[in-house]
Amino acid sequence: MESLFDLSLINSTLRMMAPLLLAGLGGAICSRVGVFNVGLDGLMLMGAFLGVAANAYTHNVWLAILIAVIGTTIFSALYAYMTINLQANMIVTGIAINFLSIGITTFALRTIFDVQGAYYNNEMQGLPTWEIPVIDQIPLLGNLLSGQSPIVYLGILCTIVMYFFFKKSVAGSHFDAVGINPIAAKSQGIKVKRIQYQAVLISGVLCALAGAQLSLGQVTMFSENMTAGRGFIALVATMLGQSNPIGVFLSSGLFGFTEAISIRLQGLNVPTNFTLMLPYVITILAMFIFKDKTQLSALKNSAGSSR
Amino acid sequence: MLLELKDITKKYGDFKANDQVSFSLNKQEIHAIVGENGAGKTTLMRMLYGMEKPTSGDIFINGKKQNIDNPNIAIELGIGMVHQHFMLFPPFTIAENVVFHHEPKKGWRYDRKKAADEVAQLAEKFGMKINPLDIAGDAPVGIQQRVEILKVLYQGADVIILDEPTAVLTPLEVKELLVSLRELVKMGKSIILITHKLNEVMEIADRVTVLRDGKVTGTLTTKDTNPEELSRLMVGRELKNNPLPSIEKGNEILSIKNIEMTSKKSGKTLLDDVTLQVRQGEIVGIAGVSGNGQSELIQAITGLAPVNKGSVTLNGADMTNRSVKQIRDQGLSHIPEDRYLWGAAKEANLVDNMMMTDYAKPAFQKAGVLKLKEIRRYVAESVKKFNVKTTSIDTSAQFLSGGNLQKLIAAREIQKNTPFLLAAEPTRGVDIGAMEFIHEQLIEKRNNGDAVLLISSELSEILALSDRVFVMYEGKIVGEFDHQNASEEKLSILMAGGNNE
Repeated sequence: MESLFDLSLINSTLRMMAPLLLAGLGGAICSRVGVFNVGLDGLMLMGAFLGVAANAYTHNVWLAILIAVIGTTIFSALYAYMTINLQANMIVTGIAINFLSIGITTFALRTIFDVQGAYYNNEMQGLPTWEIPVIDQIPLLGNLLSGQSPIVYLGILCTIVMYFFFKKSVAGSHFDAVGINPIAAKSQGIKVKRIQYQAVLISGVLCALAGAQLSLGQVTMFSENMTAGRGFIALVATMLGQSNPIGVFLSSGLFGFTEAISIRLQGLNVPTNFTLMLPYVITILAMFIFKDKTQLSALKNSAGSSR
Repeated sequence: MLLELKDITKKYGDFKANDQVSFSLNKQEIHAIVGENGAGKTTLMRMLYGMEKPTSGDIFINGKKQNIDNPNIAIELGIGMVHQHFMLFPPFTIAENVVFHHEPKKGWRYDRKKAADEVAQLAEKFGMKINPLDIAGDAPVGIQQRVEILKVLYQGADVIILDEPTAVLTPLEVKELLVSLRELVKMGKSIILITHKLNEVMEIADRVTVLRDGKVTGTLTTKDTNPEELSRLMVGRELKNNPLPSIEKGNEILSIKNIEMTSKKSGKTLLDDVTLQVRQGEIVGIAGVSGNGQSELIQAITGLAPVNKGSVTLNGADMTNRSVKQIRDQGLSHIPEDRYLWGAAKEANLVDNMMMTDYAKPAFQKAGVLKLKEIRRYVAESVKKFNVKTTSIDTSAQFLSGGNLQKLIAAREIQKNTPFLLAAEPTRGVDIGAMEFIHEQLIEKRNNGDAVLLISSELSEILALSDRVFVMYEGKIVGEFDHQNASEEKLSILMAGGNNE
């Protein structure tokens, strides 16, 4: 058991949870304004691909991430346009976005790089790991927190920023108002569509970062459908966390932890099939235990939008 | 003159919702606008509030012609509107709702403390009792309405438009609202009150403008008029006085014996030893302030909630705690008290709403295949007969006004020709013409030898229609009267928990 639980487990939990956290926060900000963004997975995949593709051409990881963010945000605008302007059903559109991005990335992989399955290139620059100057020196905490990719730290920062945004700012209160009662918000002169757009575009940015962490942080490669449903687990983290940034942080932490554990278990001769199943089983169990009211109202909106 | 609308016409295609309507409001005046559903009251006010644009005509404020394109301009001009359906954010506090979109800030931060202080001050200034830190969604309807009024005041409105403010209130809350309105006028505000309750108009308004079919049929000073004249102007004819002809009572159709119901959540007794019968050819009224067990009684009879004790017999068969379908098949039809919650599927169209309980009848289906032609003919006929104002029977129910939806539900349930009809608040929110019609239908049903149980918080309705009246108070039957012996005074005392001895 000793080799199963040790301090570096927390370190790898942080690494595993970062994509879930970022995408989950994207889902949370959408659900706070009444948009049920099922397309998180597709947005992440797009971010992961664009990150690798841009990296292969520019050999600069920062430029690659910038391009991934811009591209994915434009892609998320497509989702926003269909659901907000055209009033298409949010779930159907989200699923369409997911399949579209699988198709686009696979197609692009074959036409641009002429490979099937996965693309890897030695000249690509992966994300560096940052040693945090002061914390690094503290014996225990240093091991736990330091030496992560910048995106991991960014995820934690986003959690804090979003927490204060909703808790303290007037704009955050307007975001909530749009999610609670869009008609009332409109009658008070709030530009409902603009706020919903902003939320979806922000989720695009966050998902791009989440995808980049997958393709440039943990490994430096892109493989077809490499998100493997992580966008959906992020969606569950959103629900489980009641669309609250701290809640999303804790629930994506739980999923990151099970993912980290499942990798450990593989080293202990536990069948891989079983360990791979673990995060998903935990997800289903978690869904039984917690229910999210804000998500339900977003779901109700989405049912209304099918008209 | 504070505000003037001159020759306003609003056309939707060929349909004139407002036709050359002129209206004026003086400072510190309460000017009521009355008219039946669909007479164009709300349309007129939506134009004043910038939610619609007039096809022709001008709006003057303080003598200056104004172009009100959107609500923000109306708010800047000092016009505020309290909508019929509240525009609140239930999870927010009362203060947050009031200051919404005009929040006090400290840098980028929302100064919630200042908001609460300002709202408390505002409420005190206008004599409205609220706690700014309460959650709006938990507050009673009367308080929520105060929140709406405060919101308008916070935005600095001098002219307050209230769209059917009393439709959702209990009698006590109505009294409080009228007191608040007087207070507002004293403080220098002017009020436009849209309603179709003439007694309120007579009580509080200085002047009243009557609309019928989009045209003004009269602007009168309340002192020089009376409810009869107003209703004549509204409906365009004398209202009939529906007498209750005495007819032979038949067998007991509904018999409730000693039923009891307790709340699963709190364990509180909701129905306490309730016994009553309804016979053929009889309308039995249940009077009471809402929330004294009427809803639970309805649920017990219709099978929507189980009773702990006692029995419900319908048309000769024991129906205690049976399913809704079994009870309906045994001869129940039911006009529910909340038309949106129990009575209609908002998203569905009029055809589906009308067929909700009838689709399985042999007249409308054969071997599981719906006879669509027959169904559409029947629905179109019913809509015409009950005068439901709609553009088409394919419109979804949510686009009907409340009164018209109520007429649709009444049409569905009354036309079933079941031996027993449970009519709960059958005329809530409908105009006097429709009210007269629904009353006629109920009386006709009774005269045909069916049994009707009428539950209503409108005493006048109970007194006019009931052969016998029961009074409910705190889940108990506290009194029973014949048609001749019932009077408003006697019922009111029992309804308030007193007794007549």
